[in-house]
This record gives sequence, structure tokens and C-alpha cells, in this order.
Amino acid sequence: MSGTHVGSPIAARVRHVEALLEHRGLLDDGEIDRRIDEFLAGGSPANGARVTARAWVDPGFAERLLADANGAIRELGLSMSGGLQEQRLKVVANTEAEHNVVVCTLCSCYPIALLGPSPGWYKSEAYRSRVVRDPRGVLREFGLQLPGTTRISVWDASAESRYMVLPRRPAGTERLGEEELAGLVTRKGLIGTAAV
Amino acid sequence: MPDLAPGMRVRTRSTDPDGHTRLPRYARGAVGVLVEEAGVHPLADERARGRAGTPQPVWHVRFAAADLFGAGDHTVTVELWEDYLVPIGERA
Repeated sequence: MSGTHVGSPIAARVRHVEALLEHRGLLDDGEIDRRIDEFLAGGSPANGARVTARAWVDPGFAERLLADANGAIRELGLSMSGGLQEQRLKVVANTEAEHNVVVCTLCSCYPIALLGPSPGWYKSEAYRSRVVRDPRGVLREFGLQLPGTTRISVWDASAESRYMVLPRRPAGTERLGEEELAGLVTRKGLIGTAAV
Repeated sequence: MPDLAPGMRVRTRSTDPDGHTRLPRYARGAVGVLVEEAGVHPLADERARGRAGTPQPVWHVRFAAADLFGAGDHTVTVELWEDYLVPIGERA
């Protein structure tokens, strides 16, 4: 039987189904936890930060990343194939003229391999329902005040792709190396709810 | 359905299906522009009903917020199966 469950009715139902599957020999004891651990293994925002820093220092990589993100992240030894099948990755770049922000309005789709498990607010109904209608207001609540001249593009992960935002490189970082640059990148920056 | 291509204007279906769909309610019956094909995948609505699902192209479709919500100067790009889309000009 898998480990942690909260005391909600849906959790009780899931636990009951899991017990039946184990009883009938369709699932091994603890198999679900093992599969989830395998899926999460190696998934961390540090991966997204590495990808971002490489794109900042290597314009050729940035170009490949925006054209074919799955191929580009393989150059860094990363992949989107931790689940049942490889997921398509779409990277969208912030510019002075355009700011991107990612949401999954239907559930909580998220690029776990590059960002790790998603934050609680990303899964909240408030974020999911409001950021598509009023992104400027929601971003302001996150502390991100965008100039009125910056267009906002919201990406709804409603199908099979997963999305990562490529933040803008901060001013005054010309002398920093790739590793130091990666240290500046935050999870919120990669979702689009903060600048870097 | 004619071959879809980036830049083409489409209208999303407005029907409210009985079961699972990945056409969000806020994007139903709306006009948007095809941005880019996002691969070919079995239709999620059919898979949710226990069928294998017909593989078909999925598109990034960009909508003006004002067209979806009646207000807003941003865009929302939703990922939609071809089944949800009707090219403008063709009668549904």
C-alpha cells in the first residue's frame, strides 16, 4: 500500500481501489509509490535553471531550444521521457515586448523533469481560473509589475505538451559564468510568475 | 476538414460533451488563430471513454482575451485537438 494519504473522501476511494488491486494481485505492495518515485527522480528546478543559463550564454542553443526543446535539452543530458512516454516540451521566451506565463486550467500539467514537483499554488483553483482572465492582476499579486507596453501571453497546458518559460537575462550579469547565472534562476521565473 | 496550417483562423466547437474533454469551457465557441502544430496524439475524449483514441494533430491555438472574456489585452494559447476546431468559412 502506498504511503501518505490525506483524509479526504477521494483519498479514501483511491486507497480502497488500490487495496482491491493489490488483493487481486494486479499491483504489488508499494508499487505505486515506487512508480511515482521513479517518475520524480532527478526532476528539479535546477534542471530548468541549467537550460536557461545555457540559453543565455549560447545563442545557438537558445535557437534550438525554442525550435525543438526536446532535442535541445538532450544536449544537456536531460529528457522529458520519465513517464509512460516522452512528453513534448515547448519553451517560450520572455522578451521586453512579451511576457509568457504557464497554467494548466484543466488540472495541473507541469514539466516535472525540468521543474520538479509543482508548487501548491500552481494547482490551486484560484491560480488556474484567474491567470487566464487577468494575468496582469495575478502577476502583480506575485510581485511582478510589468510595464503596460509588455504584452502578456498565457499558455494553457490543456493537452500533451509541457511548457517552460525562458526568462530574460537580468541586466548587469555580463561577467557571470554559466553556473552563477543558473543560480539566479527561480522556479517562479520558469513558470512566468516572476522575473529573474 | 481542409488541411490546417499556421495562421489559419478557426472556431472551436461550442458543444458541451457528456464526458471528459480537453476543450476548456472558457475556450468554447471562440475564434482563434493556429500558431503551431504540437504533435499528433490520440483524442483524449475517446481515451477517457476507454477507447484507443484516433491519433490526430493537436494545435496551439491563440485567442485574444477580449474574445474569450470580453475584456483583457493579453492572449491565451490553448492546445486543442483538430476534432475541436472548425476552420472559419466552413460551416460546422
